[in-house]
Amino acid sequence: MRFLLTDEQQAFARALDTMLGAADTAAAVRAWGAGDHTPGRAVWTRLAEAGVWSLAVPEAYEGVGPLPVETVVAFVELGRHAVPGPLAETAAAGALLSRLAALGHDTPAKRLLPGIVGGGTMATLVVSEPGPPETGSAAPRPEAGSAAPDGPPEAGSARPRPEAASATPDGRAETVGAAPRPEAGSAAPDGPPEAGSAAPRPGALGMALDADAADAVLVVQGEELRLAAGHGPVVRSLDPARRLARPDAGGEPLAVGPAVAEAAGYAARWAALATAAQSLGVGLALLERTVSYVKQRSQFGTPIGSFQAVKHRLADTLLALEFARPLLYGAALTLRTADVAAAKAAAGEAGYAAARTALQLHGAVGYTEELDLSLWLRKARPLRDAWGTPARCRALVLDGLGDRPGGFGG
Amino acid sequence: MDLTHTADEDAFRAEAREWLRAHVPARPLPSLETEVGFAAHRAWEAELAADRWSVVSWPERYGGRDAGIFRWLVFEEEYYAAGAPGRVSQNGISLLAPTLFDHGTEEQRARVLPSMASGEAVWAQAWSEPEAGSDLAALRSRAVRTDGGWLLSGHKTWSSRAAFADRAFGLFRTDPEAAKPHHGLTYLMFDLRAPGVTVRPIGRLDGRPAFAELFLDEVFVPDEDVIGEPGQGWRIAMATTGDERGLTLRSPGRFLAAADRLVRLWRERGEEPGARDRVADAVIGARAYQLFTAAGASRFAAGGTIGAESSLNKLFWSEYDITLHETALDLLGPEGERADQEWAEGYVFSLAGPIYAGTNEIQRDIVAERLLGLPKGRR
Repeated sequence: MRFLLTDEQQAFARALDTMLGAADTAAAVRAWGAGDHTPGRAVWTRLAEAGVWSLAVPEAYEGVGPLPVETVVAFVELGRHAVPGPLAETAAAGALLSRLAALGHDTPAKRLLPGIVGGGTMATLVVSEPGPPETGSAAPRPEAGSAAPDGPPEAGSARPRPEAASATPDGRAETVGAAPRPEAGSAAPDGPPEAGSAAPRPGALGMALDADAADAVLVVQGEELRLAAGHGPVVRSLDPARRLARPDAGGEPLAVGPAVAEAAGYAARWAALATAAQSLGVGLALLERTVSYVKQRSQFGTPIGSFQAVKHRLADTLLALEFARPLLYGAALTLRTADVAAAKAAAGEAGYAAARTALQLHGAVGYTEELDLSLWLRKARPLRDAWGTPARCRALVLDGLGDRPGGFGG
Repeated sequence: MDLTHTADEDAFRAEAREWLRAHVPARPLPSLETEVGFAAHRAWEAELAADRWSVVSWPERYGGRDAGIFRWLVFEEEYYAAGAPGRVSQNGISLLAPTLFDHGTEEQRARVLPSMASGEAVWAQAWSEPEAGSDLAALRSRAVRTDGGWLLSGHKTWSSRAAFADRAFGLFRTDPEAAKPHHGLTYLMFDLRAPGVTVRPIGRLDGRPAFAELFLDEVFVPDEDVIGEPGQGWRIAMATTGDERGLTLRSPGRFLAAADRLVRLWRERGEEPGARDRVADAVIGARAYQLFTAAGASRFAAGGTIGAESSLNKLFWSEYDITLHETALDLLGPEGERADQEWAEGYVFSLAGPIYAGTNEIQRDIVAERLLGLPKGRR
């Protein structure tokens, strides 16, 4: 038992902190939100040089992974600096392709992973649980109205496929080109718990983050992985730096079979873990900025940070963040669905609570977009809900308990 | 980052589990806040001690097993998972004993610790006074020099377990002329049955005498029962409350077991959808507390210390404990108000958590000032 970061891991965090601190990420976020990806791409390249995109990828594909603990370390820093872009999605794409290669489908890995690791390929990823046939890869895009970010959660959720009886029993063969329909058996609602259910229904939306900036838009639907040819119009998010778009239907199939679903479940856990780490980082940055503010802002002739109501709210904010942090590292050690879900729920809620505190204690100036605080404030809520809302994560925690509830410990 | 236990720790776990399986009473003991329950819990302490399970982290010569922090955590997980009784000797074991290890003499340790370990002497704390609660340094009870010792006089209150306990420890003012309120205080041990001591039990919310007030009228305490130097009591006591709020007062095992019980209750009650999120939060919270403690224990084992972070720890478990019990009562529905249901006593006990061991308001001040660096202000 030594539940602490190593010196090397701490040094990695400091190096990223220093690099991002010098990179003017605030300007990059604002440009990103306006559709100018140039400064953000420059940060992206620096992250590649620092090794961030190699963490999920094994050596065979020019990576150093899988290193989930280092991924958490890195993504806390990415959140602290409000770095824009499909960060968790690119890490998860790396995990997806790596796992797929390990399961015998190595063509997409050979093709895409070196670019991801090197920073030249920014990837985004949508994982949809298989829907009814008419929403399959050949289907026309759902109408625009259904693209609302808060669409009905049941859309696209797992349900038995009508053509289940005609499923090919052997769906494992990698079929690039003329892809048969994904195997139906695995579409059962209670499929393998470590696979499909780990994706906390991100694909219910079918929206890809920053598809307009990405070089590779990967779409998993059931047991099919494809490279979308393009994307639909960008839909505004409450965080302008998160640009949502629905991938175009069709495109190039990359792999099909049960391995896709398994790899997608694994990738969704990486995405959820990375997003949770970003949430923690966003919360820590909001807390840090608010602490600085209440020390220098005076009212009634004294810094407002000396008032007990202010202090106690900040103490509670730190409390929630510091108790989310070990859940992240614990989840990185196991990558179990329930552990990742616990970390995601706790970090997402703590990051969002930090945003509420930061806004309240800054007062009116905190409500302005011109204060850089807004860049973090706007991120906290979407990160809380991306790759697993708290409600979905709590359900996964309970699902993962088995017969001996709470059987986390030794 | 490594959460695995050593083979030694696993063997220790198996041994503890085996012993507990053979010895934990099949039916819960009567409430330890009653005379009969107190006696039953004292007997349980003796049973633990007979096989050296009462104070596993202590040195062997005082009845322990020299278990390090990780083995202590393992023991606590097994202890609470087995549904073993609450610890009537908790105050002595987690508050006084660490003080004696750090500030006592070998003579004091040899005299005090073995009977504490066996439950023969149960200790109560005597900190608060009617006019000195959160502002503990305002305490007025005094110890006046006399031949061979000190004479204690004053009024202590909210003394947990004192209704049935044997001895007590606390702070007394020995130098009323000292420049600051927290100077001139001395840490003393005394006998609750000594001449001049009057114990008046106080009923807590459920009516049980879980604490007491102590009236002291020239109670003689020999010099050998002063811990550390006279006048150094504040510094020594703060070290004690550091332990209290740190890693050893509430072990993760206790809350892991409680979360298990809550999940079982939820399932028995048909997985009530309205309670689902709170049940999940109880599971997540127990895991978070376990891992937070694992990180603290790892720092401790690597030579670090537990400082103001212990205030985060205390805030977390005290709020967690109440929420968990409230969720259980909600699941019980109208049955929840029955005093004989299995969550009742835990619920009543949990309500005191944010008050004792330094109120949560004081803890939040400590977090804000020492961890976040915010300026001191009026309380």
